[in-house]
Amino acid sequence: MNKLVKLFITSISAITLALVSFTSSFAKVEGDYIVLGSAISLTGKYSSNGVHTQNGYNMAVDRINKMGGVEVQGKKYKFEIIYYDDESNPKRAAQLAERLIKQDGVHYMLGPYSSGLTKAIAPVTEKYKIPMVEANGASRSLFTKGYKYLFAVLSPANQYLEVAIDLAVEKNGGKGVKIAQAFEQDAFSQDVRLGILDAAKRTGSEIIIDDKLPKELNDMAATLAKVKATKPDVLVVSGHTKGALTAIRQISEMKVDVPMLAMTHCDAAKLSKQHGKKSEYALCASQWHKNLSYKDKFFGSGKKYAKDFQKEFGYDPPYQSAESSAALLVFKDAFERANSFDRDAVRDALVDTEMQTFYGNIKFGPGGQNVAKPMILFQVRCKGDDCENRVVAPTKWASDKFYHPIPKWSERS
Amino acid sequence: MLMVQASLDGILLGILFALIAYGMALQWGVMNIINIAQGDLVILGGYIAYTMYLVGIHPAWGVIVSPIIMYFVGVLLYKLVINKVVDRDLFISILATFGIAIVFQQLMNFIFGADVVVAQSEYGTTMLFDNSVTLPNSKIFSAFISVLYAVALVIYMKKSRLGRAIRATAQNARAAKILGVDTEKVYAATFGINAALCGIAGALISITLTLHPYVGLPYTVRSFMIVIVAGLGNLPAVALSGMGLGLFEEFADYILGTEFRIGAVFMLLVFILVYRRFKLSKKREYLK
Repeated sequence: MNKLVKLFITSISAITLALVSFTSSFAKVEGDYIVLGSAISLTGKYSSNGVHTQNGYNMAVDRINKMGGVEVQGKKYKFEIIYYDDESNPKRAAQLAERLIKQDGVHYMLGPYSSGLTKAIAPVTEKYKIPMVEANGASRSLFTKGYKYLFAVLSPANQYLEVAIDLAVEKNGGKGVKIAQAFEQDAFSQDVRLGILDAAKRTGSEIIIDDKLPKELNDMAATLAKVKATKPDVLVVSGHTKGALTAIRQISEMKVDVPMLAMTHCDAAKLSKQHGKKSEYALCASQWHKNLSYKDKFFGSGKKYAKDFQKEFGYDPPYQSAESSAALLVFKDAFERANSFDRDAVRDALVDTEMQTFYGNIKFGPGGQNVAKPMILFQVRCKGDDCENRVVAPTKWASDKFYHPIPKWSERS
Repeated sequence: MLMVQASLDGILLGILFALIAYGMALQWGVMNIINIAQGDLVILGGYIAYTMYLVGIHPAWGVIVSPIIMYFVGVLLYKLVINKVVDRDLFISILATFGIAIVFQQLMNFIFGADVVVAQSEYGTTMLFDNSVTLPNSKIFSAFISVLYAVALVIYMKKSRLGRAIRATAQNARAAKILGVDTEKVYAATFGINAALCGIAGALISITLTLHPYVGLPYTVRSFMIVIVAGLGNLPAVALSGMGLGLFEEFADYILGTEFRIGAVFMLLVFILVYRRFKLSKKREYLK
């Protein structure tokens, strides 16, 4: 009996080993397919944005494959992506990145969702010298570590709300303004804060409230009471979707009057839908909006992308999907310019990327961040109970005029 | 004025936390179980109210519907898991309820999605002192409901048969059993009542704060703290310590800054525990 068990175990291990060596032979390119790998949050707390990311990737893969694929050394290849669910857990994401590289033999990676998970994966891809194009990790610290194989199509977090401060100063006749700010204590929001500190210094503005919100906190009443007492010119809030929803709920309930309110994550929080008119006049930072006039030959314009996406997945694309689609366009472009599957050649081609996609211009800075695309600001505007996001800055793409100052609560119906 | 605002905010929030803590104190006292899933029961209760809001019923009705559903969820949980850990080591109950917490989080994530959601009560705002102090009516409503349910529960515990049985079991389960109390039933009811209290609190949170499948833990920790400070089986103390902690938190926010708000509360907890130990060590019956 014992022998039988041993034999069983040995044969199982032999089969596993054979399978492993078989899968590694898949490597980077298999037949007509270029295989990319991605660990992505399909369950856990980032699952909704994880799915937006995956939809964006899939949409681009379909489109590129349909339109002829990628041409390398005269041969046409198609993209294929191996996904694993990282359960929104950084440790799991790092393990899965190892698995993708070592067991599945993936040589090119697409990023996960969120800065935290990208931070967990980047050291792994760096160790194995695997080029990774990521679309959902904006934290500044990703771009200051000297990573050579990390490329981000999005603008870094510190740029998110700088534009808002510039706008406030402009409205104040070029003079510095009084800023009240509340940021959650996490890598991303603190990066946004650093951007505001820079902007304040540059414009001679004064920061009168600088609150750091604990992660588990879902009550900002104390901060808002301080805002009421000190009457700043701008209130800046960043704390992911929870922060955005809490802020609007409590600002409207406590009737806090500020001339300008700038936030992040409004569209992810579906602010205009969940809070309706209460969210009107809020300014929100965004990586992308469908009304921008960028173009490419795969998706046409932002509006066309939004229409096709809506048809395919049944909802309006959030910017997380758009930037994820753009990551695939970047890879295609790099493969064709490198004209090779050599990892370092592809990496060098990525460094030289300079292109326009429907999502925006893409050119990588020395740290790997996209330096060619400005952040945009939109403002929530309502007609009756129907609220939508309209682009107000930068002026080049603004579809609407920036409404300033926000009317007092006593004057709002 | 700022201080008035801070005090009122703190007290209103504290009352809500006290309600959750009361449920915890009840089942801790009766069954000697520390329920790590307490906060997740709260959030589940909140999602019940949120679902009502989605189908067009005012979420405030959740304070009636949610406890009814949550009572049965609690009883079911007891029959499935808790009854196996009641007489065991405290550590085992912590592990078991920790497991329940994870299962609940994933289930809620699966059913309701990972987005942060809010239900709108449209209750408006009460303004005092020429608009310098503002109180959301939803918070006043939630404090009022919390007090109402707490008082009702105290009366029920004093007067009803089941209430007396629960108190008897808490004092001495074996003696109660000998005298004919069906302790199994009492345990199930206690856990159900605790879940129902969580359901009420959850419904109130859906209209005053925000809901997300993974934000249960802070509520567990908060109620745990309130119970530690107040001691078991002492409702007025739970209510007071709930409000006291709420107040302390708001003032810590103003004086030390928001980033130290939660840290300050934990510091206070450490002081209270050390102080208690100090006091206990002066008593003769304390042997360690």
